[in-house]
Amino acid sequence: MSVLEIKNLHVNVETDQGTREILRGVDLVINEGEIHAIMGPNGSGKSTLAYTIAGHPKYQVVQGEILLDGENVLEMSVDERARAGLFLAMQYPVEIPGVTVTNFLRTAKTAIDGEAPSIRGWVKDVRESMSNLKMDPAFAERNVNEGFSGGEKKRNEILQLELLKPKFAVLDETDSGLDVDALKIVSEGVNRAKANTGLGILLITHYTRILRYITPDFVHVFVAGKIAEQGGRELADRLEEEGYDRYQVAEAAAAE
Amino acid sequence: MTAAMQSTAMPTAEQHGFRPHSDGPIIPVQTRSERFRSVNVEDFAPVTGREHEWKLSPVAAFADLTGGELDGARLPIETADAPGVDVSWIARDDARIGRAGTPEERASANAWSSFGEALFVSVTGEEEKIAAITRSGLGTTPRAAHTVIEAAPNSRGLVVLRGAGEARLTENVEIVVGEGASLTVVSLQEWDDDAVHLASHFARLGRDSFLKHIVVSLGGKVVRVNPSTHLAEQGSDVEALGLYFADAGQHLEQQVYVHHDAPHTRSRVTYKGALQGDGARSVWIGDVLIGNAAAGTDSYEQNRNLVLTDGTRADSVPNLEIETGDIEGAGHASATGRFDDEQLFYLMARGISEGEARRLVVRGFLTEIVQKIGSPDLEARLTAALEAELEGR
Repeated sequence: MSVLEIKNLHVNVETDQGTREILRGVDLVINEGEIHAIMGPNGSGKSTLAYTIAGHPKYQVVQGEILLDGENVLEMSVDERARAGLFLAMQYPVEIPGVTVTNFLRTAKTAIDGEAPSIRGWVKDVRESMSNLKMDPAFAERNVNEGFSGGEKKRNEILQLELLKPKFAVLDETDSGLDVDALKIVSEGVNRAKANTGLGILLITHYTRILRYITPDFVHVFVAGKIAEQGGRELADRLEEEGYDRYQVAEAAAAE
Repeated sequence: MTAAMQSTAMPTAEQHGFRPHSDGPIIPVQTRSERFRSVNVEDFAPVTGREHEWKLSPVAAFADLTGGELDGARLPIETADAPGVDVSWIARDDARIGRAGTPEERASANAWSSFGEALFVSVTGEEEKIAAITRSGLGTTPRAAHTVIEAAPNSRGLVVLRGAGEARLTENVEIVVGEGASLTVVSLQEWDDDAVHLASHFARLGRDSFLKHIVVSLGGKVVRVNPSTHLAEQGSDVEALGLYFADAGQHLEQQVYVHHDAPHTRSRVTYKGALQGDGARSVWIGDVLIGNAAAGTDSYEQNRNLVLTDGTRADSVPNLEIETGDIEGAGHASATGRFDDEQLFYLMARGISEGEARRLVVRGFLTEIVQKIGSPDLEARLTAALEAELEGR
């Protein structure tokens, strides 16, 4: 039984205006097989949490811990974290000119597994996953994310999720910019990955829309770098009706 | 700049630099085709390094080649023949010499004044074929050389001109492409670390002919290969490609000139380079002249540099002169960028180690050129050579 634990996490970012504190003490425990939705207004620190888990050098952890099955994630490099079983589906996947999707996927799979996948099985897996995500086979020979539409980039992220089979996946606003058809396809991909591997998911989103297709076990509301409230999926329904105003008013009052 | 921006390879506004150029508007001293030319070294003043064609080059490192006496004896060569490719030496007064161009600077003129015999490479027959000529063991004596590569009308072939080992060489390479011929010339510089190599290539393209010209510079202290292409007849087409990898202390330079001088001519110039290590230096100057006779010209040139470490310098200067309003398209682009840390993060977040991620990105950047060479053997060899460069070997 795998578990990802985040304890009292404080994170700073260097900006042109100086150091800014973004996360102010986040506590979260995600067990294998659970889906946690992190919701919150823009600027509340949701993406910072995602990138900090993945190890982006821009974010400095000043206090707290991240543990994967008791191992200290913060001591691992970005690639070590991925090999340990963490995955981040990015909000803005970058283009890698000259590197084909096929080559990239095989290189990543080999790195994660520590050995090259068997050729026949791998080709079949890739083809199947691409077909499930309604991706044209020609995608395999295109350069990673180069000239991809927003929806194609997100599908390519979920394709990697399905093929790399992490223990825990952080989905950073995977729903943003998707039309309803693409949203359904991407959500099905996430559900399929969970059904196949039983991974734990941290689903970061601004909107409740994706929660119609991916059912969270827990909902956490992020405000000003902390979890302001948590509950079951009924909390998401309430947010859909009321929005985030309630928390921001409370936050403003607390600041006075 | 008056270029009509139409091309299948349109860059983004940012890449093209719709912002003003950093060095202000450039007013050329003269039209590119009106530069002084002579085959006689004495017609050129000694090189000071202030001349426009030398100002970005480390001229003190090769004063012997621009000003000194040169050994004009035959270069030691090894050839891998192919049927339809004939390699021979011809006398310097042979009528087949001097048809493709004339030196425009002193190193080139010094070579022309000093060579004894010229290497003549004749390509005939319509079958595809590959011939490789390696020059190695040149020693450290300053040398002059002259090569003429001629593709007969309607012939096809690929000629590799490779340099390896020690060298202090200045040379001219003439490329004469006959009517309807399709020729690829690869100039491959894999010299030793201390070598100096200055080359001027002059290509003249006949009616409806095609030249793919590829400059690959990997080894040598100073390597300067300047290809000029004269699209002299209707329907001629050049694809000029370049690939360079400058290490610490290396100066790799290319001044590329394409002269559209007949109707419906086409040119594509794409040079890509990577720079790694203290003092790694590259220079790319791309001149395109669309003459009055060149109605219906389609032209695009670009240079891309990938900077891998601190302490490097890449100069990139595209110039475009247009003398006729009746063209299909002309454009240019230049971009020099640092290694992108976000690409590195993305790849590492998929479990790929930093070293492997860097190799993937650089290989990806340069592979566009390698893949266009058209010889699987050479492509595989170059890919391996680039891997070695990346690992600092």
